[in-house]
Amino acid sequence: MNLPLTGRIKPDNSVLNLKEYQAAHGYEALKKALAMPPNDVVNMVKDANLRGRGGAGFNTGLKWSFVPQGEQSATPKYLVCNADEMEPGTFKDRWLMECDPHQLIEGMAISAYAIQASVAYLFLRADYNLSAKVLQQAIDDAYAANLLGDNILGTNYNLKFYLHTSAGRYICGEETALINSLEGRRANPRAKPPFPQVSGLFGKPTVVNNVETFCNIPHIIQHGVDWYKNLGIGEDAGTKLYGVSGKVKTPGCWELPIGTSVREILEKHAGGMQDGLKLKGFLPGGGSTDFLTEEHLDLAMDYGTIQKAGSRMGTGTMIILDDKTCPIGMVLNLTRFFAQESCGWCTPCRNGLPFVRQLLTDIENGKGRKEDLDTLLEYCGFMGPGNTYCALAPGAAEPIQSSLKYFKDDYLEHIEKGCCPYKH
Amino acid sequence: MANIEIDGKHYEVKEGENLLEAILGLGLDLPYFCWHPAMGSVGSCRQCAIKVYQDENDTRGKILMGCMTPAKDGMRIGLEEEQVSDFRDHCIEVTMANHPHDCPVCEEGGECHLQDVTIMSEHTTRRYRGKKKTYENQYLGPCINHEMNRCITCYRCVRFYKDYAGGKDLAAMASRENTYFGRHEDGCLESIFSGNLVEVCPTGVFTDKTLARSYNRKWDLQTAPSICQGCSLGCNIAPAERQGKIKRITNRYHGEINGYFICDKGRFAYDHINSDLRLRDCFVENEKTSYDEALQHTVKLIGEAGSCIGFGSEKASMEENLLLKALVGSKNFCSGMPAAREQQLKEVLNIYKNARTELISLKALEACDCILVLGEDLMASAPRMALSVRQATRNLSFELADQTRIPRWQDEAVRTLAQNERSPLIMATVSGSELDEIASEKIHAAPAQLTAFGFAVAASLEGKTCLPEIAETLAGELTEKAKSVAAQLRTAKKPLIIGGCSLNSLALIQACGQIATALSRARSNGTVFKTPVSFVLPEVNSLGLALLLDDHTLKLEEAVQKGSEKAAIFLRADIYKHLPFEVAEKMFSSISSGISFSELPNRTADKCKINFPAASFVEQEGTVVNNEGRAQRYFEVYAQANPSIKEGWRNLLNIAKGIQGSLAQAKPLAELACFDDVSHFVRNSAPVFSTWDQVAPDSKFRIAGMKIPRQPHRYSGRTSLQANIKVAENKAPEDSDSPLGFTMEGAPTQRPPALNALTWSPGWNSNEAINKFQDEIGGHLRGGDPGVLLLREKQGEDLQFSFTKAQSAELVAVSQSRLFDSCELTVLSAALVQRADIRVAMLGEATAHKLGIQDGDLINIKVGKDGISLPALIDRSVPENLVSIPNDIHTQNELSAALLPAPCQIVRAVS
Repeated sequence: MNLPLTGRIKPDNSVLNLKEYQAAHGYEALKKALAMPPNDVVNMVKDANLRGRGGAGFNTGLKWSFVPQGEQSATPKYLVCNADEMEPGTFKDRWLMECDPHQLIEGMAISAYAIQASVAYLFLRADYNLSAKVLQQAIDDAYAANLLGDNILGTNYNLKFYLHTSAGRYICGEETALINSLEGRRANPRAKPPFPQVSGLFGKPTVVNNVETFCNIPHIIQHGVDWYKNLGIGEDAGTKLYGVSGKVKTPGCWELPIGTSVREILEKHAGGMQDGLKLKGFLPGGGSTDFLTEEHLDLAMDYGTIQKAGSRMGTGTMIILDDKTCPIGMVLNLTRFFAQESCGWCTPCRNGLPFVRQLLTDIENGKGRKEDLDTLLEYCGFMGPGNTYCALAPGAAEPIQSSLKYFKDDYLEHIEKGCCPYKH
Repeated sequence: MANIEIDGKHYEVKEGENLLEAILGLGLDLPYFCWHPAMGSVGSCRQCAIKVYQDENDTRGKILMGCMTPAKDGMRIGLEEEQVSDFRDHCIEVTMANHPHDCPVCEEGGECHLQDVTIMSEHTTRRYRGKKKTYENQYLGPCINHEMNRCITCYRCVRFYKDYAGGKDLAAMASRENTYFGRHEDGCLESIFSGNLVEVCPTGVFTDKTLARSYNRKWDLQTAPSICQGCSLGCNIAPAERQGKIKRITNRYHGEINGYFICDKGRFAYDHINSDLRLRDCFVENEKTSYDEALQHTVKLIGEAGSCIGFGSEKASMEENLLLKALVGSKNFCSGMPAAREQQLKEVLNIYKNARTELISLKALEACDCILVLGEDLMASAPRMALSVRQATRNLSFELADQTRIPRWQDEAVRTLAQNERSPLIMATVSGSELDEIASEKIHAAPAQLTAFGFAVAASLEGKTCLPEIAETLAGELTEKAKSVAAQLRTAKKPLIIGGCSLNSLALIQACGQIATALSRARSNGTVFKTPVSFVLPEVNSLGLALLLDDHTLKLEEAVQKGSEKAAIFLRADIYKHLPFEVAEKMFSSISSGISFSELPNRTADKCKINFPAASFVEQEGTVVNNEGRAQRYFEVYAQANPSIKEGWRNLLNIAKGIQGSLAQAKPLAELACFDDVSHFVRNSAPVFSTWDQVAPDSKFRIAGMKIPRQPHRYSGRTSLQANIKVAENKAPEDSDSPLGFTMEGAPTQRPPALNALTWSPGWNSNEAINKFQDEIGGHLRGGDPGVLLLREKQGEDLQFSFTKAQSAELVAVSQSRLFDSCELTVLSAALVQRADIRVAMLGEATAHKLGIQDGDLINIKVGKDGISLPALIDRSVPENLVSIPNDIHTQNELSAALLPAPCQIVRAVS
């Protein structure tokens, strides 16, 4: 199997240093890209149909093409890597950063060149201490080898590269909140439009992409568009890091062709459910996606298929709910997290989530009322897409609204029995 | 224009304006919290949600935020559709989840936007079963009370305080539903615009602590249109009274001047009106008498003297000054100002009236994209103007926004885009000003150098090299800066020159005039370019008084001389403030027949034979002319019960009546019976006053036969307030001099702006109701912003001013403006006196070193025979060989600021 993203990672997960990376054809793509006109790089990535791996799935090359270019355009331009991996159940970027840091740096350098950015920031989740250490070493080595900094590889292209270890907020995964945080402001999302490509970091054109997205770039450049497109087995291109957490036999993270079925990921790679447990449902792409159930096991894990089923592929890292765990407890736990992580800017999120948290707490504690279920649904609509300032609250509403759809009996049982049936 | 459909009805609105503004502008109701007409949209509260259908083919529609959506032709909007009114209901439901519902004990109650929006959004039933969050409150100083539990997290406070007004010490802290708005620690809010938080906050988090001392609800406060007396800008205010005491002052919207905001001095400096120190009785030779007796003595005194010298005042109304001038005769009238100030004001008038200049309002100022400030520390001498200057520097960001196609009202996005890019602001002042932080260029120099700098800018504008004596005065670096400043003024879309009287320098005003002339020449291309100029003047009616000066007007020293031979009337004038101490003392040793009208004790009043207590500006009507030449009227807020305290104009008419037999010029005055007669007298007195009738409607004005009430229609307690004295209801005092009544009955709507101080509309009990009174949101008041511009139309000529080199001196003392100074407005305000800095003499490091002075040393500054001892403050921004001393020094034996700038000597006082 072709594993471009993780193929170089050593079996013991120790760091691939610069020398080892270069020995495995590392930085050849950078050299190749720097010899191309920047716009050709953008077009290649666009044609390869690389979709953003942070969760939204937007065509990466298309995103880059919105950056105004030409002499009249604003400078400097910035490239930012979103490494604030905080989606519940998600641990894919960490693997890439801890084990193969140069792949990310090379991907960022090529991307920066493509959009003609002169400064790149790597915005890292606060808790990723090992990643920070590994990345800083790699950045220093890359600078020393003239792979970053001034006149990279003698091409007159300059790129300043900074690692920024964040202060730790889920909302920093939202690209404009990340930018605000990077500027030293409160991590509140910004109004869109204007999009960051036009007015981003310090008001200048900025592209923000996810770690995994960047890691794809060198391979697209090196092996070409057709090669890349053929990696996927469904409608999407490339490979994807898929993860599984929950009560399965071997939880973990694997690089697989994009479009691999849920069943294959769950049963073949994660080893199936632990003995004595049955699958009750799963969140396909992290804590802020809608529940799916057994009937969806044969769906392909790609953006379009999962969306059609009523959820989102998100980060591609599943959380499994088994039949001995209380679904309301799980949803409450997630809601607590999202209410805690609200930036406090818009009302539906800031005050709506605590409102919902209160209802779920009452239900879980056996103090719920039947009409609460209608109220919960009302509130999922209230916090829905378009009604809020950013995607945090709509995401938070997804597991709630789908749990009401699939696990309504559990809710009713809680209310009727006046306690959590999973505990009593 | 865009044609849009709202709930089935067709309307025309401005294309691209946000829909919330458009909808409110149409007079429709839509609830909101975070949007503010002066601060734009940020889309935080989500309360103004509407259903928007993009065009006729769109059948699904989408919930969008009114404040964040530009109006487009063909849009259909559902305001009342169930889906969206449900959304707004949910929004207010969660907003209220943690609100304490403490309206009965909340100072905001009755004028609370949150109350209004809760009702408007039809939220009635509480479903939230959790506990409410609570916060600890902070001590924020003597002016503002903090009650965080009421907060609904609309972010308006920090957006005003930090983004709009440049404050540093208020911030949003923590996050989620725990977001806290306050200081990093307890302490007085530093911004001089902090009082606006009271009005900006939609609920009771920030409330007026001075009102809380003796609290009344908005509906129990009697109010009338008024004009702030704190500086020369003439901000419109609404002082509010209950039982003979002023309880608070709020902003009264004026589309061309103060808009939505006033400064803290304007808001909190009102205790002097209620002060126990107020003079309340008439005295004749220190003997308490009735008003009539004092009047008889006055008439006798003037009659015996045969004539009388009149000392006017910049703080007195046009009516008072003009009547005084008419009473004593032009040849016996003195402005009460020192000669130097008179000259400055005459020059300002000359530049306004005769040069190729354009007088601009604060609103117009905000559209200027290159501003040169010459010699004024605006934060002290005209704070509201400083706030406008701050907004003007944002014009570049609006241009950038236009280029990037971001609507100008998208506040957060525009600020993000522009970051620290600002339109040029050149601050040329003696020492550091708070505006320096947003200035593209800051120059700190002595007044003489600032003058030379101004002339150098003018020379450069005309493509000339500057005169050798200018170059000599300027340091080399400043000559270069003058060229770059000239280039910026020449290329700006709308440049502006701001000058003023704070440094007491005629030459500096002339330098502004010369720049205006040179800029007009440089930019006139076929059509004449009139240079926008604005001068900051010393007092509320300085310009008005300047309009009364003529060739006969006595100079202060002359008047003092003559006054010693005759009787003298002192109109709200403390002559001691303007003269060397010895001169003033000598004068009063010879004046035996002084008659004073004064609100508070002062040295001049002390020396007078006859003392009348004067009415304060809230106890009488009058007109003042602001620095732009706008005549504006203020009205009696409440009827003064004390028969000894009469309106200033009435006092003068009474004297005229008594003296008409012996004083010929008093005769026409004796025929004037009421305020309307006085107004006509002003109108007919000079061509400049020909439009005087339009300042405000006269006393006969009625709406459907009704007067305009001063009291809100819910005013309570009029039968019970004095029940301890008398059970029968007192008859309301009559007001035959204005169209306002001291009652709650009267015309409920359509009050002309000049007569309206009550901002209320059904469903809109807070000051947000102003939306209902504007021709467009944030625009003019419907019916026209009050006041009349007296100096409007003119052709202008090529006025030339010449530079005269100032005498060189080793050490020069200059005056330093302070907002919270030691004058009565601050000192008698229990709140502001706590915010006043101690008076210090500021000097630069080199000067201090040379004189062997350390920070905090007590030093004695001597100018001629007068002197003052002050602690030294070493401030790096003060240029060499300069000492800057407060302009509010006027107590016993102290050096008068009127003598500055002047060569001085400094000695360290022995402690």
